[in-house]
Amino acid sequence: MNKQKDSIDKADIAASLQAQFNEFILAIYSKGERRIYIDIAPQTVIRATRLMLNEYGARFQIATGVDTSDGFEVMYHWAMDESDCVVTFRVVLPHEAAQVESIALICPAAEWIEREMWELLGIEFKGHPDMRHLLLADEWPEGKFPMRRDYEATP
Amino acid sequence: MTKRTIVPIGPYHALQEEPEFFKLHVEGEKVVHLDIELGYNHRGIEKLSESKTFEETVFLVERICGICSTSHPLACVQAAEDAGDIPVPERALFIRSMVGELERIHSHLLWLGLAGHFLGFNTIWMWAWRFREDVLNILELITGNRNHYGMMKPGGVRRDIKHTDLPAIASLSEGLKDPIKMFRDAVVQDPLIHARTKGVGILTREMAIAYGALGPTARASNYAIDVRRDHPHAAYDKVDWDVVTCENGDVFDKAVVRILEMFESIRIIEQCIEQLKKIGGPVDSDPKFVAAGEGIGHYEAPRGEVFHYIRSDGSNRPIRHKVRAPSFMNVPTNRETVIGATVADATIILAAVDPCYCCTERMAVAVDSSSGERMLDARDLIRLSCEKTDRLVADSGLQGPSLPIER
Repeated sequence: MNKQKDSIDKADIAASLQAQFNEFILAIYSKGERRIYIDIAPQTVIRATRLMLNEYGARFQIATGVDTSDGFEVMYHWAMDESDCVVTFRVVLPHEAAQVESIALICPAAEWIEREMWELLGIEFKGHPDMRHLLLADEWPEGKFPMRRDYEATP
Repeated sequence: MTKRTIVPIGPYHALQEEPEFFKLHVEGEKVVHLDIELGYNHRGIEKLSESKTFEETVFLVERICGICSTSHPLACVQAAEDAGDIPVPERALFIRSMVGELERIHSHLLWLGLAGHFLGFNTIWMWAWRFREDVLNILELITGNRNHYGMMKPGGVRRDIKHTDLPAIASLSEGLKDPIKMFRDAVVQDPLIHARTKGVGILTREMAIAYGALGPTARASNYAIDVRRDHPHAAYDKVDWDVVTCENGDVFDKAVVRILEMFESIRIIEQCIEQLKKIGGPVDSDPKFVAAGEGIGHYEAPRGEVFHYIRSDGSNRPIRHKVRAPSFMNVPTNRETVIGATVADATIILAAVDPCYCCTERMAVAVDSSSGERMLDARDLIRLSCEKTDRLVADSGLQGPSLPIER
């Protein structure tokens, strides 16, 4: 295998992230050496994205939106391909004000998934360059979000 | 001012024969803007998965896509194993890699055949699909099925490979080498294929990174990512193989990456066979439940990384299951590659990322109302593309690739 090992070692990633993100980490935990989850405040999403792109050269894999009893979770999954690690940033948005800054302008790879999370979960991504339906029909009724827990499938 | 026309391709895709909708904004013959619409084939897999047990979920995600029918299950069981810290016996790891690589070869041959068809080289199409049958025969020997193998389960694989089958599998995969060499020579050396694909639909490395491109689409642009190497899983860190990359990111390089990758796949399969002769033991750790927690599983499918996220509350069902197929990241790169191309080239450029719509779409249902616009249908687009090849044949006197194998 032609793997280049000029990157941060797996074991040091958590410490490195802790140092870089210290001021806005709410919680950090590792699941083995290959998975790191970091809870951050919604206001710091853009800075976290910039750091991952510019400091770590990480690859944006996808984001996952989850409707939980505490609010909507948005998880941004970043692959650190040179260090065999997936870093996940998690923000929790209250049900009554589900909005967060869009990262699509600095990270084009996130454009589609933010549209998907908006239409399926009703999370508002502020500053998204092209917010419209991706998967659902254009005439989909407003305010109906099929991945929400309280969604009723019957019309 | 030049008049701008919209050439709609879809909602039933002309090339991959799957539902999606590209609107090409065209000035003269040149494409100046691309609008991509999805949503014609949503089945609610993520939501449906929440009502299945972890064992059933594997069968559900197997049906996301008929081509990647072992990639999704493998990523899914790895996510469950990550969430519940479930061990996997070593023998099962080699079986997983072996089935995964066979799937890669059949998928790449399928694409190669289609690409040949769109360019007007129907011999490539016929031969590629003929040798794809040999791959499906191996898969049938191992799993009992030509597609939808039902091999993966949390904690291992469902079926062992019989020792008595290993020689037959080895000789069948040995038999794939000559045909793939034939395709390599036919494509890499043919001046007519060069004329149709070199410098066409270029995706720069910077753009590949910005869009998060994956798989051969990324590697053809010299963006050397491969989950099999970068995030080792199954048996990929126990065998010797190389990641194939090219420099230019055009349609030609995407084809070359896929063809050369098939040789690497055969290398991996051969080593897996040797290891399976030596490694015995169970192929399943038989976990009784997935402990509460969250897990991420990713696997390098033929088109790039498949990503699954699973959250478990300790019951036997996932409470959230996120699926991201590689085409979800690769299809948007068409906005970079198709701009400036002619309509005749657009067909092969849009096909070059090997898009998979049934993977990309997983939610709800939508039906398009009649737009009243005249659509170019499949035959029109393939005709346009073939006519361009015919013009090149007439102008240059070249004949296109000949396939010399006698069978």
